[in-house]
Amino acid sequence: MVEWTDQERSIITGIFSNLDYEDVGPKALTRCLIVYPWTQRYFSSFGNLYNADAIKSNPNIAAHGVKVVHGLDRAVKNMDNITAAYTDLSVLHSEKLHVDPDNFRLLADCLTVVIAAKMGNAFTPEKQAAFQKFLSGVVAALGKQYH
Amino acid sequence: MHLFPLNSYGCTRFKAIVKAFWAKMSGQADAIGADALSRMLVVYPQTKTYFSHWKDLSPGSAQVKKHGKTIMTGIATAVAKIDDLTAGLLSLSELHAFTLRVDPANFKILSHNLLVAVAILFPDDFTPEVHVAADKFLAAVARALSQKYR
Repeated sequence: MVEWTDQERSIITGIFSNLDYEDVGPKALTRCLIVYPWTQRYFSSFGNLYNADAIKSNPNIAAHGVKVVHGLDRAVKNMDNITAAYTDLSVLHSEKLHVDPDNFRLLADCLTVVIAAKMGNAFTPEKQAAFQKFLSGVVAALGKQYH
Repeated sequence: MHLFPLNSYGCTRFKAIVKAFWAKMSGQADAIGADALSRMLVVYPQTKTYFSHWKDLSPGSAQVKKHGKTIMTGIATAVAKIDDLTAGLLSLSELHAFTLRVDPANFKILSHNLLVAVAILFPDDFTPEVHVAADKFLAAVARALSQKYR
């Protein structure tokens, strides 16, 4: 079980209550597909991913980016038991989507960069620490049901 | 995906992106180095073990700023020697391998924080295309620094 200080909780709820999902979601996913191109293997049915511009203007990718970042909401609502909150999503990613769980970490890193660019200096080292701790919890939870 | 095809043209393009972005950011190099190091020490507290001899490990301390500058001098050297990082970073590799003995896993950690620091200072210029070039570059620097370890 992950322990959270009051300050960490308020940092996480603060980031998510001010989050522009429609902007951050697409940015995070497209960045992941460009910076770590092997992640494109899971999106062969999404249309044109031929180059960075195609990825950035792909509406299927943008919509999926929004969906994925909203997937973090359940962790925000269940910070004291993130593992349990993601049991079904972990099973889905393992048994249906067959996603290598290392990819969760890659997307989390891209999301951190996107949030940093958006928040600027407001993304202090303390906020980065809380945010990365939160994302590590989600990443671990999503990998938990793999066997 | 044809962002950086595996031929010399692709490599040339990626190096050009790195050099161009370095030119843009080098004026803020010291600030970036200090911020990246500050973040690393806070977000990855295990990295503090390498600095137990410092008096003040808090973000922006004099020692952190000075060391951030040292790190960015190394990065500047790497940019200048981008065509042969192994040869260009030989003495730095020996330093890290024999004297500092930094676990190479930490190169990845510092690289991540350098990218975060850059994203904060250059939110519009640090595009995904620049990000991938920078990430590849820092990974290549890490490999070159690890050469003399064993």
